[in-house]
Amino acid sequence: MKQQSIKWSLLVVTLGVVLTLGACGKKKEPPPPPPPPAPPAPTASISVSPNSVQAGQSASLTWQTSNATDVSIDGIGAVQPNGSQSVTPTDSTTYHLVAKGTGGTQEATARLTVTQPPPPPPPAAPTVTDEDLFSQNIKDVYFDYDKSDVRGDQQSSVQADVAFLNAHANINITIEGHCDERGSTEYNLALGDQRASAVKNALTAGGISASRIKTISYGKEKPFCTESNEACWQQNRRGHLVYQK
Amino acid sequence: MQKQSYRDTILSCGVRFSLTRMHESARPNSRRWVINLSSPILVRVLVVLICFLSALLPSAVAQDWVKTGTSLGVEKVRLAVPDFKPSTADPQNAALLKTFNDTLWNDLDVSGVVELVSKSFYPLQVPGQPPEVNMLSWNAPPPNAGMLAFGNLGVAGGRLTVQGWLYDVKNSQSPQVLGKQYGDTASDAAARVMAHKFADEIIFRLGGGIAGIAETQIYFVSDRTGHKEIWAMDYDGSNQHQLTHLGSISLSPRVSPDGSRVAFSSLTKSGWEIMMYSTDLNRTLSFPHFGGTNLSPAWSGDGTKLAFSSSRGGEGQTQIYVSDAAGGNLHRMTTDHGPDVSPVWNRKTNAQIAFVSGRTGLPQIYTMEADGTNQQRMTDQGYAVSPSWAPNGQFLALAWVRKYGPGEPGASDIYLMDIASKQWVQLTHDGGRNDFPSWSPDGRHMVFQSNRSGSLQIWTMLADGSKLQQLTFTGRNTQPNWSWK
Repeated sequence: MKQQSIKWSLLVVTLGVVLTLGACGKKKEPPPPPPPPAPPAPTASISVSPNSVQAGQSASLTWQTSNATDVSIDGIGAVQPNGSQSVTPTDSTTYHLVAKGTGGTQEATARLTVTQPPPPPPPAAPTVTDEDLFSQNIKDVYFDYDKSDVRGDQQSSVQADVAFLNAHANINITIEGHCDERGSTEYNLALGDQRASAVKNALTAGGISASRIKTISYGKEKPFCTESNEACWQQNRRGHLVYQK
Repeated sequence: MQKQSYRDTILSCGVRFSLTRMHESARPNSRRWVINLSSPILVRVLVVLICFLSALLPSAVAQDWVKTGTSLGVEKVRLAVPDFKPSTADPQNAALLKTFNDTLWNDLDVSGVVELVSKSFYPLQVPGQPPEVNMLSWNAPPPNAGMLAFGNLGVAGGRLTVQGWLYDVKNSQSPQVLGKQYGDTASDAAARVMAHKFADEIIFRLGGGIAGIAETQIYFVSDRTGHKEIWAMDYDGSNQHQLTHLGSISLSPRVSPDGSRVAFSSLTKSGWEIMMYSTDLNRTLSFPHFGGTNLSPAWSGDGTKLAFSSSRGGEGQTQIYVSDAAGGNLHRMTTDHGPDVSPVWNRKTNAQIAFVSGRTGLPQIYTMEADGTNQQRMTDQGYAVSPSWAPNGQFLALAWVRKYGPGEPGASDIYLMDIASKQWVQLTHDGGRNDFPSWSPDGRHMVFQSNRSGSLQIWTMLADGSKLQQLTFTGRNTQPNWSWK
């Protein structure tokens, strides 16, 4: 009989232990599984070099991204995650780069300023150049035979020249002294030199800087007119103003 | 006194006086008076007469003109110059003989020293060697020669040999005045040089011991390449060749007394500058740029100084400056209102300079001491330019439009002026524009430019206005300058 009771007590105890153990185990929360790693956020940068060009010129667009699966640039479309490309916009452009990835979306921008070049001279309607204005407004100064003083009826020409040169301070000139065919080559070169100087002096007296004026004598070496009569000779006795490029 | 030389006559104007009327057939349509410059009073009277006639008559062409000159009325030696004979049988002989004979004849003809006897008067047998000379056939009419130049020419083995003699055919005892032999590699140029040398020997002996000019050079400006460049030629117009190749405008060549350099004026990037060409090196030498307009260089007679015109001083005036031959040591000589150009030295003394000045209006000739003092006006009226000082120091040649009127330019002619008295004679009369006279070194000739042929060309004449010869024919050729030796 005694044997039986031991068996029962053992069973109870075991049961108790088991129950206890079972109860205890139930009470203890199992540790939560480690959370899955969060997808990294993408990075993106874009630059353009140079950042200012004239229309028609190209610039180099360069971008870098990371953690992006889908990279695109507005106006260009999908592109490689890293890369560069030459662009030739006609107007100023902001390049907007969008880099999308599982970790999110990143944007970057680069601005390329496009300046308009000076308009090429339209062949149809040419604009008036300084040289054209010069030839339209400048008047040569004529001289009497064997004289190198600016005569009274030439003062209006001098004044017109002074007014034009004052209004166009960027224009420099050469004054050529010319003579008619009569008389000696050597004397006429000296006379032409004095004529060119006389015109120069008249212009500087009107306020034109002497540094803008060069003089040269051609004597009778480069006549405007080659007939032997007074009308032609008068054409050749002059201070001829030449636009200096 | 019959053999008084041309130069002696020039030097001694004022000793004798003769007035001869030339044979009417010499100039059928005009009476022509020949005067030997002699009595100062009479010359003055004549000058007044000329002025009076000039004032009265509107045109100088087609009117009587009084011909005054030098060595007129002096009987010249009659020289017979039969063609040289061949001394070998070489085929080159014919061409070289022609060159030699033509050159020799021309040299003697234009020399002004002898009267060449026309070849049509020569006997049929002409000598090539002294034993062949028959004196009587030469010293009696028709040739009636006083002197006989003869000789022979031959090529042997590519070598040209010329033998020449000058005989006084009126001196039967000792006729030989000159005997010469020349040898060189056979060429046309060599034949020409030998003729020049022999001619100069004859002229030296018959012309009062003054060296001939047959080997002198004339420098000038020609536009025949399309640009005005400096050219050179023999005094008779042969051997014309280009010196500069600047492609600009080059003017006013003036050769140095020793002939080694030619100063000229050229349009450079910085304007008109004096430039220097070496005839030894055949290239331009470096020369300072002065700035302004620089024109008309002139050598002193000793070759150490240059006078020229420059506006480098500003004020719009071209003035006379003097520098040394390298362009250093620059001094301004004139300070008027100009323009002052075309200086020329008294090459005999190197102490005076003549030049052109427009200080009173139309250009006139002035003289001054070489230091700029004592400025004297030489010409009294008109348009007077281009002075050239005679080698003997006593005369100026100049280009003068005496009868100038506005819009009515008269003829520009070459005149000769005695510096001490300011008396002048007109040398050219035949119309056209005559300018830039330049004296030959013997003082017997002048070279000048003239458009009398229809275009500007270079001519020579005797200093009395006779023996006109046109030297250039291609392009326009101007501003001749005769070498000093």
